[in-house]
Parts: sequence; C-alpha cells; structure tokens
Amino acid sequence: MVASGAMAAVGAIATAWPFINNLNPAADTLALSSIEVNVKSIAVGQAITVKWRGKPVFIRHRTPEEIKEAEQVKLADLPDPESDNARVVDTAKKVRPEWLIVIGVCTHLGCVPLGTKQGDPRGEFGGWFCPCHGSQYDTSGRIRKGPAPKNLAVPAYLFSSDTLVKIG
Amino acid sequence: MASSHGAPPVFKNKVVAWIDYRLPIFSYIEKEYHTFPTPRNFNYFWNFGAIATVMLVLMIATGIVLATNYTPHATLAFDSVERIMRDVPSGWLVRYLHMTGASFFFIAVYIHIFRGLYYGSYKAPRELLWILGVVILLLMMATAFMGYVLPWGQMSFWGATVITNLFSAIPVVGDAVVTWLWGGFAIDNPTLNRFYALHYLLPFVIVAVVALHVVALHVHGSNNPLGIDPKGPQDTVPFHPYYTMKDGFGVLCFMIVYAAFVFFAPNYLGDVANYIPADPMVTPTHIVPEWYFLPFYAILRAIPDKLGGVICMFGSIAVLFVVPWLDTSRVRSCTFRPIYKWFVFVLVIDAIVLGICGAHPPEGWYVPVSRIGTFYYFFHFLILLPVLGKIERPLPLPPSIADAVLKKKAG
Repeated sequence: MVASGAMAAVGAIATAWPFINNLNPAADTLALSSIEVNVKSIAVGQAITVKWRGKPVFIRHRTPEEIKEAEQVKLADLPDPESDNARVVDTAKKVRPEWLIVIGVCTHLGCVPLGTKQGDPRGEFGGWFCPCHGSQYDTSGRIRKGPAPKNLAVPAYLFSSDTLVKIG
Repeated sequence: MASSHGAPPVFKNKVVAWIDYRLPIFSYIEKEYHTFPTPRNFNYFWNFGAIATVMLVLMIATGIVLATNYTPHATLAFDSVERIMRDVPSGWLVRYLHMTGASFFFIAVYIHIFRGLYYGSYKAPRELLWILGVVILLLMMATAFMGYVLPWGQMSFWGATVITNLFSAIPVVGDAVVTWLWGGFAIDNPTLNRFYALHYLLPFVIVAVVALHVVALHVHGSNNPLGIDPKGPQDTVPFHPYYTMKDGFGVLCFMIVYAAFVFFAPNYLGDVANYIPADPMVTPTHIVPEWYFLPFYAILRAIPDKLGGVICMFGSIAVLFVVPWLDTSRVRSCTFRPIYKWFVFVLVIDAIVLGICGAHPPEGWYVPVSRIGTFYYFFHFLILLPVLGKIERPLPLPPSIADAVLKKKAG
C-alpha cells in the first residue's frame, strides 16, 4: 500500500514537471543571450543604454573624478559592500576602471533608474536615481540610499579589444 | 434548514416534469431560488452579492467578445486594442464596458466584504463561506492584474514588472522563480502569452468558486442585519418574488452608476500612461496600480525592507482567512456591538487613507502616514478584533427577527 502510494506520488510529480518546466525560458529566448557593443563613440563622462536579454544595460565611460569617488568610499558605508575594482573587471580578469557596465534594472522592483542620459537626475551620489521608489546608486552603481537591497548587477562581459565588448 | 414553504413542487408542464424526474434542475431552482426561506429584514447591503454575480457574467461576456479581436503578441497587442477602439464595430463600447466593469466589479465586491465584516457574516456556521469569498477575492486580483497587462501599454508593462519582481524577494530561489514566471529574462512576449491564457482561464475558475460560495450560503442561509438566526416562518420570506425583485432593483441602480462611467468618464478610473505603448527601456516617472490595488500597494511600500513589504502586502489579504477565529465576540452584527461598530468604520477610513498614500509617490508625509495606516490595518485584525470581543458588552439581542421588525414598524 505504502509502496504503491509512494510510486503514485513519484509518478504524479514526474508528470507535473514537464508542465512546470514548460514555463521556463525557451531555447530561442535563451539564444538571445549575448550581444557585442562598440564603445568607441562614448566620450568620457557619457553613458549609453543597450538592450540585452530584453533589459537595459548601462555602459558608462567614467571620468577620473567619478572613478576616484567610487574607489574612496569606505566599504562599511555600503548597504551591499563591494569594492569598485570588483565591479569593473571583465571575464578575463582585466580591470578597466573607466568602463562601468551594469544592468539598468533597479534591484528593488525592476524599474529603470535615471542617470544615463544627459540631464537626467543622478541622485545624491552621482550615479543613478530610481524614480519609482527613490533608490540612489553611486558612480559604481552601488546602492547607497533607498529601498533597493543590492547593487546594480554587473553582467558577465569581455573586452575583445579596447573598444569592442561582448556582453553575456 | 427545512423549507417552511411546503412540499416538493409538482410541475404541470409535462416536458418540465419529464426532465425534472430525470435531472432535477427545476426542483433545484424552485427550492433554492423560489421558496428558499430568506430573512425578511435584509437592507440594501444584501444586494451586492447579486450585483457582483451580474458583474462577473458581464465581464466574461465582454471579455469573450474582446478576445475575438485581440492579438496576444508583444508587437501587436497595443495596436489590436486600438483597432478594437477605432475600427471594430461597437468595439469601443465593449472595451469600455470591460475596463470600467473591472472597477465596478471591485466596488461591488468591496462593499460586499464590508457588509460581511460589519454584520459578522463570517461567524459560525459561515466560516467556509467567508473563506471561499477570500479565495474569490484573490482570484479576482490575479485576473484583474493579468488583464491589465494585455493592452501592453506603459503601465501594463511596468505594473507587471513591479508586481512580478515581488517574487524576487523570496530568499534563494527568488530570481529563478521570476525568470520562470516571465518565461525569459524580462517581461516580454512569453509573459504576455501566458498572462492571456490565464486571464481567459481564471474567470471560469472564479465561476466555479462562486458556485461553491453559493452552495455554502444555501446550507444555513444568509445572515441578516440583526445577525440572529431565523426561528421560524414568521422570520423569513420566500426568495422569489421578494428578493429577486429587491436584487433586481439594486442591480438596476448599480448599473445606472456603472453606465454613467462607461459613457461619460470611461477613462476616469484608469491611468493615461497606459495609452503609451510599452517601452522596456523607459520607466514612467510614477508607477501606480489600478485604484483597487492602491491600499495594498501602500502597505508594500510602507515597509522599508523589500521582503518585509512583500510579506505584509500578502499578509493583509491572508489575515482575512482567519477573521472568523480572530473575532471572539458572541454576537454577529455590529448593530449590537456599541464599540466595535465604530472601529469597522475606522478600518474603512484606514483603507481609504492607505489608498491615497498608494496613489502618491512615497515621499514626505505619505511615508509616515502609510506606515501608521499599515500598522493600524494589522492592529485592527490581530489585536482589536480578538480583544474587543472579550471586553465589549453587546446590547441585548431581540427575541426574533419578526419581533424586531414589527416593533420597529410599530414604534
């Protein structure tokens, strides 16, 4: 009795799995998982938004002041402590402090923070400001103030040359 | 409850009798909707169950008609809705009926819930009836949310983003759950497709739960404004014609207000930003849900912690499930509860204040006010309801419904 009941339960779960798994991303959706961007035309101090996996990715050419500001913050002051160097490194472990690449999705509830376009409000920490619930990010894309729990995510990327970056 | 209105019906029409002998649908209608003994003292609050049922049928009817012209695809959905508005014969009317109908369905259901809270309709032996009602509310919320995504406007897209991201607050598996919900790395065509499938399915699930709700209702019959059980035929009247007429009148009055909005202010209850096509790269400066979600949205934002906010928001509905056991009072109706009755009104004001907070950006005064409002909401259910039932001294109950009704008439 117990054995056949257990078998039935295993069978039921095994049958349910394809239906649940069916809702996961399809192969063609997964296939869109990397893009290549030429960053040559982004001047120092400027930033652009590119679309990757249906989400905005911010690529920011940081000024020396912005880099300095990001590097000098004490880790103890950060809600989600992470050094600036750890956020500007590509998959080949090469650190490029002038290029900050982050996913432009607020870690609170998924809005796109302002601060990439010229004239956008950048918040008190000179990075990004999320208009939905007031989260503020610094010049390293780290959360400094507001309800967001984490720093803006850094996607896996690789510079194949000084001006060509592959995201994903 | 034994019927006080005579023996099983005899049908004169031979066809009806033939069918009823084999499938007793006519006996059922006769018993449950004609002779069904119903308390004689209902006030107009007892109309809203019938009104909500009519709205459900109307939403399904308009929804099916809309579905014949709607295209559930990220690149075509917005234009197909505009085509319904401009080119499809009477399309504008059917869509406005559906859109405004959602709001009026919630109005009817919220008044229906208030009625239950004020008159203690959730108390024994109607606990399961009440719980089925909360299940219907949850299903309605899910259906309304997914329906709002279908026009694929800015508010559709970003509302869906914010709400689905609530699940990312779940520890460890949160992000995997959100990817699973989306069917991708962001809200996109797979999300729209599954929301459309579910938006079409869930109303029929609601119909099924409503049927159970009605079955549970007809076991012990309706509660009434006095909250005391009918003691005999002198306390009840047959459902038809008395309450079919009264419900009909109530439905008609409700429809007048509803039609006024449909024809003269169809967009008053919605957000203009939803007439801008969805853009995954640009967030509108101010994301607000539809008005019927605002108090819950305010609760979500009142808590400074992401997971805490999500728990409180779902908790504000979940707490309703246990209301029958949180209320310790031995009388049902607030008519005889001199203290608690005022707190029910305070709860209504609290919900309205939370709604106003939810409609505004979370800055300045709205932050502390929404925190106080959230605190009070839970205080009402978790502290006030159990404690007050113990210490409050209810007014003396009348000996019977007939006695109270006739005395009122004489006095």
